[in-house]
Amino acid sequence: MTVDYIDVIRQRYQNLGYQPYRWFKADAEVQKCNLHLPVKESRLGLLSTSGAYAVGQKAFHYKDDTSIRKIKKKTTPEDIHFSHITENYLVNARKDPNCIFPINQLNYLESNGYVKSVADEILSCMGGIYSQRRVLNELAPVILSEFRRQEVNIALLIPM
Amino acid sequence: MPTVCVGSALDIFQSGKPPRAVFTNYPLGHSAGRPFDTEDQISIIKSALDLFESNVSETRIHFLSNDWGEPTWQVEASSTEGIDTREERDDTPQFQEESDILAAKATGQL
Repeated sequence: MTVDYIDVIRQRYQNLGYQPYRWFKADAEVQKCNLHLPVKESRLGLLSTSGAYAVGQKAFHYKDDTSIRKIKKKTTPEDIHFSHITENYLVNARKDPNCIFPINQLNYLESNGYVKSVADEILSCMGGIYSQRRVLNELAPVILSEFRRQEVNIALLIPM
Repeated sequence: MPTVCVGSALDIFQSGKPPRAVFTNYPLGHSAGRPFDTEDQISIIKSALDLFESNVSETRIHFLSNDWGEPTWQVEASSTEGIDTREERDDTPQFQEESDILAAKATGQL
């Protein structure tokens, strides 16, 4: 059994008298990009949409915040905190950030040679943005630009 | 750029159609593994990495066999009753801890 989040949340909001939530629906399948290097010779980037920030950085706000945070990969997990509009999903992440923001796992992959290297900074955004237009026009180009600046060859995207 | 999505909402993956994804049937908030379970967390991220070089070109969503253990969370997550669990939407930064505000001021970010 898997949870049908789209139907459940649509019905839940309807019961509360809200307008239906407009989920993103892709028009067509996106073609896979081919690898230019084997994974072991690649530089890996990562984006988390969990609203993670490092202590000392500004937290996200909950009204379509399209900014990003760049979190150094050597940050200790205790200094990874979260601000996300659906805070109810963060109970365990606030005890062990690695269950949603895999900073220890990335350093493991790098130190054990699964990839050539991991980008020095992990990218973070707040996934609860209601405007699809702003995600496409503001957030996505910044993410891609940062990945290119980091010279990563492959990237993991970790939604909340 | 080749990407792999790592997540726990199958129907949202099916709606968004990412080119490559690994799905773990876990409660939301645990896309990268069970808390304090290093073996589980490493296995998920390694499975995601393996998918980059998978030869099964038609496979877009790869189902992982990692088991959360007790299934009662699915009953709760499937409920259409209950209150709105989202936070208020305004443009005030929502720090996890009060001390984070001082830390952000100290670094000049606030």
